[in-house]
Amino acid sequence: MFGRLSWAAIPFDQPIVMGTGAVLGLVLLTVFLLVTRKGAWPYLWREWITSVDHKRIGVMYMILGLVMLVRGFSDAIMMRTQLALAAGHAQGYLPPEHYNQIFSAHGTIMIFFVAMPFVVGLMNFAVPLQLGVRDVAFPKLNSVSFWLTASGVLLVNLSLFVGEFARTGWLAYPPLSELAYSPGVGVDYYLWSLQLSGMGTLLAGINLTTTILKLRAPGMGYSRMPIFCWTALASNLLIVAAFPVLTATFAMLLLDRYCDFHFFTNELGGNPMMYINLIWIWGHPEVYILILPAFGVFSEVVATFSGKPLFGYRSMVLATMAICVLSFMVWLHHFFTMGAGADVNGFFGIMTMIIAVPTGVKIFNWMFTLYGGRIQYTVPIYWTIGFIVTFVIGGMTGVLMAIPPADFVLHNSLFLIAHFHNVAIGGVVFGAMAGYTYWFPKAFGFKLNERLGKAIFWCWFIGFYLAFMPLYALGLMGATRRMQHYPDTHWQPMMLVALAGAVVILLGIVLTAVQLAVSVRQRRIHHDRTGDPWNGRTLEWSMPSPPPAWNFTEMPNVERTDAYWHMKKLGTPRAPPGSFADMKLPRNSPIGVFLAFFTVILGFALIWRIDWLAGVGLVGAVAVVLREAWNTDLEVRVPGEEVAAFEHAHAAGLEGNRVASGGPA
Amino acid sequence: MSAAEQALSTGSGMPLALRGPAPVRVVAGFGFWLFLLSDIILFAALFATYSVLSGSTAGGPTAAELFDQKHVFLETMCLLASSVTCGFGSLAVQRADARPLYFWMGATFALGACFLRMESQEFAAMVAAGAGPSHSAFLSAFFTLVGTHGLHVSLGLAWLLIMLLQVKTLGFQPMVSRRFFSFGLFWHALDIVWIGVFTIVYLGAT
Amino acid sequence: MAVSTQRHPRAHVAVQTRDRICSGASLSNDPRASRRKWTHVTGILCGSLLLASCREGPLDPYGPIGQAERIILYDATTIMLAVVIPVIILTLGFAWWFRSGNRRATYRAEWEYSGRIELIIWAIPALVILFLGGIAWIGSHELDPPRALTSTASPLEVEVVSLDWRWLFIYPGEGIATVNYLVIPTDVPVHFRLTSTSVMNSFFIPQLGSQIYTMPGMTTQLNLQADKAGSYPGLSAQFSGPGFSDMRFTLRAESGAGFAAWIAQTRERGGVLSSPTFTELARPTRGGGELTYGSVAEDPFESVAGGHTKTHWSLKEAL
Repeated sequence: MFGRLSWAAIPFDQPIVMGTGAVLGLVLLTVFLLVTRKGAWPYLWREWITSVDHKRIGVMYMILGLVMLVRGFSDAIMMRTQLALAAGHAQGYLPPEHYNQIFSAHGTIMIFFVAMPFVVGLMNFAVPLQLGVRDVAFPKLNSVSFWLTASGVLLVNLSLFVGEFARTGWLAYPPLSELAYSPGVGVDYYLWSLQLSGMGTLLAGINLTTTILKLRAPGMGYSRMPIFCWTALASNLLIVAAFPVLTATFAMLLLDRYCDFHFFTNELGGNPMMYINLIWIWGHPEVYILILPAFGVFSEVVATFSGKPLFGYRSMVLATMAICVLSFMVWLHHFFTMGAGADVNGFFGIMTMIIAVPTGVKIFNWMFTLYGGRIQYTVPIYWTIGFIVTFVIGGMTGVLMAIPPADFVLHNSLFLIAHFHNVAIGGVVFGAMAGYTYWFPKAFGFKLNERLGKAIFWCWFIGFYLAFMPLYALGLMGATRRMQHYPDTHWQPMMLVALAGAVVILLGIVLTAVQLAVSVRQRRIHHDRTGDPWNGRTLEWSMPSPPPAWNFTEMPNVERTDAYWHMKKLGTPRAPPGSFADMKLPRNSPIGVFLAFFTVILGFALIWRIDWLAGVGLVGAVAVVLREAWNTDLEVRVPGEEVAAFEHAHAAGLEGNRVASGGPA
Repeated sequence: MSAAEQALSTGSGMPLALRGPAPVRVVAGFGFWLFLLSDIILFAALFATYSVLSGSTAGGPTAAELFDQKHVFLETMCLLASSVTCGFGSLAVQRADARPLYFWMGATFALGACFLRMESQEFAAMVAAGAGPSHSAFLSAFFTLVGTHGLHVSLGLAWLLIMLLQVKTLGFQPMVSRRFFSFGLFWHALDIVWIGVFTIVYLGAT
Repeated sequence: MAVSTQRHPRAHVAVQTRDRICSGASLSNDPRASRRKWTHVTGILCGSLLLASCREGPLDPYGPIGQAERIILYDATTIMLAVVIPVIILTLGFAWWFRSGNRRATYRAEWEYSGRIELIIWAIPALVILFLGGIAWIGSHELDPPRALTSTASPLEVEVVSLDWRWLFIYPGEGIATVNYLVIPTDVPVHFRLTSTSVMNSFFIPQLGSQIYTMPGMTTQLNLQADKAGSYPGLSAQFSGPGFSDMRFTLRAESGAGFAAWIAQTRERGGVLSSPTFTELARPTRGGGELTYGSVAEDPFESVAGGHTKTHWSLKEAL
């Protein structure tokens, strides 16, 4: 009746899990009660859950990422603590069956449910605003993408309390991930949650690519697009090209596990090396999917706060698209030690180095944007400078490992761990934090607290170096990754320093929450009256903060890059619209959240082999889609008077602000 | 009037990239086309796997022993013919002409269903002969690649039925026409994938 | 507060720095004094990290492969540091000089392109990569694991089977086998043939050089050599399940005479590696200590490498 599900699936004997569950349950209950008390459910349903507005969806992605950062980081602290304790004969406090789940969950969550939501969220929020258009190409699909990602999140978190997670590492190599060596539900949780969220990501990739290529304000040719939109384009093209490979590969592993197929098994001709090739054909573009939008954020930030245009726009675009194409030609550098032979290893080593060239060019372009600027030391610039300094080190260690014989002694060591955290934290996290701070006032109408922002930066910066420089050293001393304990007691001091670094980063994460609370409380002080708090260069700053649901009352006519900067120079920052026509907006839709509901049921049922429940989930999901196919009530009309009222109120506010600050007439 | 607005109204002269947001029809078509490209990459991964594993027969039956080229040729003709009928059906959509639409799309459905029936027969025969997907890596790869194509065809047929129902209930409104256009793209793309399957899997077995 | 600064002369620096950080003051206020101190601290930390890593592992090699690889590590790092260090210094320098408070800096509000600079910024990475690419291609070939080492001595053949979770070493020429340790003569190239019973592992002796994956149903090859007698730790570098962290082994390099003596000793110790003993070895065991077999009745290597001997372990057994 319930497949493999039974009471034994709940880990009553694991105090840490049970404690976490109790706390989480309490938190969720409290939130639920508070929202109900305030009668906020209709508001939440109408304004957020069923919203198809890219700005709202972007914010929800960011919230999702931040919440999962807490989960992924808890895994990190647990791992660091275990390694700080388990030296010599000590076994630490996490036996392998738990530790192995924790590091697998850590990697899976950080890549798929923290970094991807951050990056997709920023792109979702900013790209249509920068392009001068009303929304993305397929707003309803956008909502579906978000909710499919949320389904994946829910399943991954369920695995903590019902059943177990994979004990295979975040990429689940066979044969270890095959049924023979992972007979439990852990790998199934991993596979189904990633298949669901992967589908959401693919749809988002299609959505944003179509938006950038087909929906731009009049006059915005490709060479006038903001650089963030170029990096978003490259990232989304990579999503469209790479995620199907992930879907196919996981499908094959699922067929092996569920239907006794033999793609990657040890018997009857299966070939685990094929999985490794396929998964990295996805895996390498994935890291560029994450880093390119971060590069885009830094490009925008460095230009804005240096008060001059980005240096070498054309070569930045060229470098971005070169990285996009080359990222598909380097995948084998993740397994030089699998024995492909000198020619193959050499080829991929060289290709990996070639991809370092456009990356190096970007670094130089950022430096020369700083040169000759008048740099304002806002929080996003802190993140940018911290990024440049940190990322070049990570890039260097990456190019080092791209030399096959060097990789032969560094593969899978803590040196590798340090390298990819170097570029992931120094690049993706710093970029996400910079973007978060930079676009926060646009999203909410007030800035984040600057002092706390700088403190958060220092915590991450110092914490990162404390946590990962010892790991570089340990890797060079022969320490490998995924160790649950180690015999060399003289490695322990470095593990302790690494733990200290993780604690400093934890402080940074805590301060992020504090900053949000404080900033909300101080929102009237840091109110963004003009919509342009940073003296920005691109079109999103030409709108009020937050923008109305329809973004631009009248689409701007773009004549060159840094369109808004030049509009300001010409003295026409926001030409008042001639008339106020009715706005037609896409109607909110519940299909996203309904699909999430049914796909979670489907996923859970498939994991636990509960056939009838899987049927319910599948039928429900199909029913939602079919019902929507007959929905012809797709638009909502915002009357011209409402648009006019909004515009006049904003203009009055601007005028009041100008008078109050004693600005020119 | 700005230069862009002029171009929008005259629809000429100014490059496409500068004309502002494309019309809904173009956006929807382009988005679906991108989805199809991603689907083709999914097939590419399955093709690559098939190519690597096609020799891993684990002592069991090989491709040359299993495939009936005549049977596959007939299947192929059914599918290719269904693309032709689909083309005529698409013309009927453009003309908003219901009777020919039902005729040609009905023919498409029938031919597609023929293809599926022949393919299921082939699969059933193989399983009965002890050559099911769990017997070797080659067979797993074969059933998955060809089966995924068959699954797409099945979903396409279901989609076609839904579309015919939509025409009946909603008429030829723009939303319905756009969906038919996407269906046409989908159906023709499946043909292209089948050419690949026919060449690499079936002809490649000789 | 006043009391503590009297006790600890450096405390006031920490307090000042903390205040400066917490007040969000820009990097440009009083840069020199605090920057010098931070540079000292960072330098000492980095230096000690570097020194620490030189005492073991790949930076402390005792064989030709490891030594060649260390040279590559040092050379490549040095070449890249020649670009990375100036980049970091210039970035911090530009960031500090062009701060908005510095009116002496020239504000080039429209400067966004320079052909000459473009040429240089594409050329520098390209040249570095050209050079490193050469190292990569040549190094890949010269240090390819299956490539035999140049030596007058004829290679010692060792077969390696990674089990769950320990290492079996078979000497087909000598007719002995060991578990979790192996002994080789110095200055003699060792030709390893490797396979696995169940999941992937990676055979790695950091102080001798390259690692190579072991895979079920497949054979990989590796050539290493130890030039100095000693004891070198080995491990698995590819995660393989619950007992992964226990897959430690030791390689002892002894002089030619010492090695011959050890072979003779081992043969006398008895113990037979046969099919039933191998089956027992292949059962999930964590670590399990060192074992010795004085004779090999049935060499399991070919059977395992051919994919004929598969083990499945139940999770219960494994935990």
